Amino acid sequence: MIKEITILPGKDKNENKEIFDQITLKAGETISIVGPTGSGKTAFITDIELLAQGDTSTGRYILINGESPTDERRYDPAQKPIAMITQNTKCFADLSVEEFFNIHARARKINKKQIVTDTLELANKFTGEKIKPHHKVTILSGGQTRSLLIADALLIGAAPIILLDEIENAGIFKQEVIEIIRSTSKIIIFVTHDPVIALLTKKRLIMGNGAVKKILCQNEAESGAAQNLLKFDQKMGVIRENLRAGYEITQELVSANFA
Amino acid sequence: MKLLVIAGPPSVGKTSLTKQIIKRFQKEIKIAYLKIDVVKAFEDIELRKEFHILTKKVYSGDLCPDHAGVMIMGDAIEWAESNNTDLFIIESAGLCLRCSPYLNQGLGLIVLSSIAGIHAPEKMGAMVSLADIAVVTKIDLISQAEREVLIQKIKEVHQNIILLETNALQGTSLQRLYDLIEKSAPINKETLLLKGSPPLGTCTICVGKKEIGWKHHFGVVKKLDGLAADYLYRGE
Ligand SMILES: Nc1nc2c(ncn2[C@@H]2O[C@H](COP(=O)(O)OP(=O)(O)OP(=O)(O)O)[C@@H](O)[C@H]2O)c(=O)[nH]1
Ligand SMILES: Nc1ncnc2c1ncn2[C@@H]1O[C@H](COP(=O)(O)OP(=O)(O)O)[C@@H](O)[C@H]1O
Ligand SMILES: [Mg+2]
Ligand SMILES: [Mg+2]
Ligand SMILES: [Zn+2]
Ligand SMILES: [Zn+2]
Repeated sequence: MIKEITILPGKDKNENKEIFDQITLKAGETISIVGPTGSGKTAFITDIELLAQGDTSTGRYILINGESPTDERRYDPAQKPIAMITQNTKCFADLSVEEFFNIHARARKINKKQIVTDTLELANKFTGEKIKPHHKVTILSGGQTRSLLIADALLIGAAPIILLDEIENAGIFKQEVIEIIRSTSKIIIFVTHDPVIALLTKKRLIMGNGAVKKILCQNEAESGAAQNLLKFDQKMGVIRENLRAGYEITQELVSANFA
Repeated sequence: MKLLVIAGPPSVGKTSLTKQIIKRFQKEIKIAYLKIDVVKAFEDIELRKEFHILTKKVYSGDLCPDHAGVMIMGDAIEWAESNNTDLFIIESAGLCLRCSPYLNQGLGLIVLSSIAGIHAPEKMGAMVSLADIAVVTKIDLISQAEREVLIQKIKEVHQNIILLETNALQGTSLQRLYDLIEKSAPINKETLLLKGSPPLGTCTICVGKKEIGWKHHFGVVKKLDGLAADYLYRGE
């Protein structure tokens, strides 16, 4: 059982020690990581994914339930309590979607027969153009690939800790992803430039120069603002989908109250 | 002296990984490095410049580099030992993919690239199944799911191989490899043997003799130093 993960400080790009003593994240918590490009956001979640033991460029250490992870936990996918969706939008494996899911399910020791169909069904909820089981993963578009990988992380990775790197840029249906993820008891970390996602999470880490610069907790004003922004974002979404589907934008649609 | 044999197809990151290992151990122990390649290699000069360690290269020419390595390693190990080396790293270009350069002592490591294709582990069966450790490089370029799919493929070729993943340019998550190198026993050159049987060919190695060093072999063989032509078709 994963109750919590702990991040012990490393060093910034100038080799100065990070300012925090330790960061502990508990089951059910959502966290966002914000900061300029190149500030070390991806490096931070990659440390968690690799269960770093001082052997990454940041020098951080990661503990699970307060203890150092065993080698098996670090290197065997079946024992790894973490699923990560990276910024990659390409697969190189010369496999069909079905084969890809099947092999990954074997790696994660999942025996459920339905797993391939379930995962594909979920992936298709996130993307406009449907993915078929016989499609080669190499020919999928960037958005399709990310939808596939998100569904894979949720159902096949099926880990108690989920790390998501800038899912807003994937051209997929963000609302659906957020809904699914919010209804779990997992630790979920979003690397994000999206104000809606950043304000919806309970904790916010601000990165700069390769280090955590600040740790903020969501306040009441912020959670109110998040709700407003969310409605705003949904309307944007409706307009976007209308445009994508080839409709003309009508008066009612744009006169919707954005206040 | 500890021995580490690193093999794998071209451009997978063997030298990048070697550099990380050298960086980690350089201050504590004396390291020597040998590159076996077919026609061109620059690593000896590069590593000597960057780390000021003892390096050497040898070209296998018409022979497969792993094959040539069997002959050369005898001399090379003597060369490294006579220079008081604590850790001897051999990088083989491993082009033929039917042979496997690993020995019954020291550590045998195969390097595989995340982006080299999902069927690579099966195609390199001999190398993968006889290596002690597999290091998957370039994990910065692919998704976690795809990494795990590749790892599963490697495990299906060699179930008990010790698997590691890294971004070899940064040397990420290599602690386990460093531990394994630290724990590996020194070699005894009198009892060194090839792990696998090389495929059919035209010399005593090809027909299955596993002893290390040129004095045990004849046929298409060559020494560590000197012109290839002088040593081709030694003996009968
Ligand atoms: N992004 C990325 N690039 C890498 C990684 N490892 C190696 N490279 C790059 O891949 C190329 C080949 O790396 P080398 O270390 O020279 O590979 P090699 O296996 O020694 O190659 P040969 O000895 O020529 O067969 C270089 O351009 C490296 O910078 C990695 O983990 N990530
Ligand atoms: N603490 C650190 N020390 C050294 N290098 C770092 C550190 N943090 C990040 N980097 C490096 O800086 C570069 C940019 O970091 P990255 O995490 O990709 O930024 P972001 O995701 O915020 O755009 C990467 O090459 C990364 O390895
Ligand atoms: Mg990033
Ligand atoms: Mg090389
Ligand atoms: Zn060969
Ligand atoms: Zn031969």
